[in-house]
Amino acid sequence: MIQAPVTPILGRGGVIFLVLLLAVAILVPVLNLFATPGSALHVPDYMVTLIGKYLCYALLALAVDLVWGFCGILSLGHGAFFALGGYAMGMYLMRQIGSRGVYGNPELPDFMVFLNWKELPWYWQGFEYFPFALLMVFLVPGALAFVFGWLAFRSRVTGVYLSIITQAMTFALLLAFFRNDMGFGGNNGLTDFKDILGFPVQASTTRAVLYFCSALALGGCFILARRIVSSKLGLVLVSIRDAESRTRFLGYRVEHYKLFVFTVSAMMAGLAGALYVPQVGIINPSEFSPENSIETVIWTAFGGRGTLWGAALGAIVVNAAKSWFTGLLPDAWLFILGGLFIVVTLFMPKGLAGIFSGWRWAPRPPVTEAAKVSTQAAE
Amino acid sequence: MIALEKPQFAETLLFLEDVTVTFDGFRALNKLGLDVGRGEMRAIIGPNGAGKTTMMDVITGKTRPDEGRVLFGDIDLTRLDEAAIANLGIGRKFQKPTVFENHSVWTNLELALKANRSPWASLRWVLGGEARDKIAATLERINLLPAFASLAGDLSHGQKQWLEIGMLLMQEPELLLVDEPVAGMTDAETEKTAHLLRNIAETRSVVVVEHDMEFVRALNVRVTVLHEGSVLAEGNLDAVQNNQKVIDVYLGR
Ligand SMILES: Nc1ncnc2c1ncn2[C@@H]1O[C@H](COP(=O)(O)OP(=O)(O)O)[C@@H](O)[C@H]1O
Ligand SMILES: [Mg+2]
Repeated sequence: MIQAPVTPILGRGGVIFLVLLLAVAILVPVLNLFATPGSALHVPDYMVTLIGKYLCYALLALAVDLVWGFCGILSLGHGAFFALGGYAMGMYLMRQIGSRGVYGNPELPDFMVFLNWKELPWYWQGFEYFPFALLMVFLVPGALAFVFGWLAFRSRVTGVYLSIITQAMTFALLLAFFRNDMGFGGNNGLTDFKDILGFPVQASTTRAVLYFCSALALGGCFILARRIVSSKLGLVLVSIRDAESRTRFLGYRVEHYKLFVFTVSAMMAGLAGALYVPQVGIINPSEFSPENSIETVIWTAFGGRGTLWGAALGAIVVNAAKSWFTGLLPDAWLFILGGLFIVVTLFMPKGLAGIFSGWRWAPRPPVTEAAKVSTQAAE
Repeated sequence: MIALEKPQFAETLLFLEDVTVTFDGFRALNKLGLDVGRGEMRAIIGPNGAGKTTMMDVITGKTRPDEGRVLFGDIDLTRLDEAAIANLGIGRKFQKPTVFENHSVWTNLELALKANRSPWASLRWVLGGEARDKIAATLERINLLPAFASLAGDLSHGQKQWLEIGMLLMQEPELLLVDEPVAGMTDAETEKTAHLLRNIAETRSVVVVEHDMEFVRALNVRVTVLHEGSVLAEGNLDAVQNNQKVIDVYLGR
């Protein structure tokens, strides 16, 4: 009897990734909070925040990989979704400051008092409520991606042209958010946060929880993304990536599929930004800068496009290297990053993930690996 | 245009009238007319550049004609996009075999299987017993049963052509448009393909574009000759081959 090929939801790489992620998610905060400071096992506070930041970047890279690796949409604007999620969270955190600001205004954030504004703009309404802000973390990037994607995919903009307009999108937002009269703090952005859900953002315990939430978000989005790409929808995405017109002539509405995955991916990027902001303590327009989006693509390529866990790993490894090198040779980092991209493009088309999948302990090619469930068993 | 033989199919399934397509002033199709009956198999021949592929592009919604009507039953296809036309029941095999190279043979057929095409339905899709049987039956029909788990990209050229025909079958179309199915095939493969298409034509309408005269002879169906975007002659293969205009076009080049 024939065995129908099925794609496992997680796969071996995915399971290993989740196990490692869980270990890191638990160990780092535990060693931070409970190991004696100064002992070899103790993880200092700054380290918790630093790794938490990497985890947010990893989630952003995962989001990029979902659209680029599986559907061929090379977005050079995902930083915009990240930043919008970050701003939504930042607005909540600003509202939590209350009268503790420099000007002591209970309603208005400091920068609005400084601009002589008398009342809160309409689009700031509701952000004092955490559930509302959380909703906006998903809704704002999701809505932008939906509208942008609807226009772009319906007009069948693909390839380089699509990449260029995603880049233009994030650049336009960069310029807009720089303006003081936009009401998002202009150049300085949103900062001086005091507490989140009543807990001080600077406290070790709050940081540990934020860190843990970042790991949880990464793991959860990884499972969700795997669920998507291992379904028939995911197979259609790959079909679109490889032979778009063949997919259309089979009767699939390619633009609907692209829109779906682009919007989901933008929401993941928004969540990453929302977790990033309370950990780094600031969000400003530079998060929209085109270089950020391009860097994310480099992390993804370095880690291994089309594997999801590879992209996340790539983000962590490249950013750890960045922290290390910028301490060592501040001016050299951009050259190293550029060199890295060239090396990956030329010699490591499958990135880090390609190296790891070379270490297989059961020799099984991709297809037969998928062909495990027998026709009877699946009934 | 010379009618050499009256079509014996009562009902028209595909009807093209005065279809004109221009690319930068060049007329790829020039007031083209075509009438394919329900259940008919039709062969289309013609020199390179005659407009055969462009005709398929027009029928399947890839190219919008400047003028003319394209009717499928009583539905005007010129207003619809590729996906809508495919879902109406028109399947198309490209001139260059196009399969999903990174998917297994099985998955290629599973994706082509007639089903709700919305993203939501795809997300929740579970392969059922009936679907599995259909896929297995098609695998058998296109001689790819032993290769079902191979990547489509690893198939030979001829096998890819068959897989693509199999994908059309999974769509359960009323009309199949098949562009140069035996290009690059060995003689044995060509023979199998002719057999397969004749077999398919027992239950569906088929339009086959082909250069290979032996293959067209083996199909033993009514032939339409295209030249410079219009129909030059129509009839059985012998009559068409003895037609002076056709001889001039083929030998004059
Ligand atoms: N997209 C296009 N743009 C410009 N010219 C085209 C295009 N598609 C086809 N043509 C031209 O139209 C003519 C008919 O092409 P085609 O339909 O592919 O011929 P056939 O399939 O009969 O060999 C050719 O001269 C070809 O160069
Ligand atoms: Mg052609």
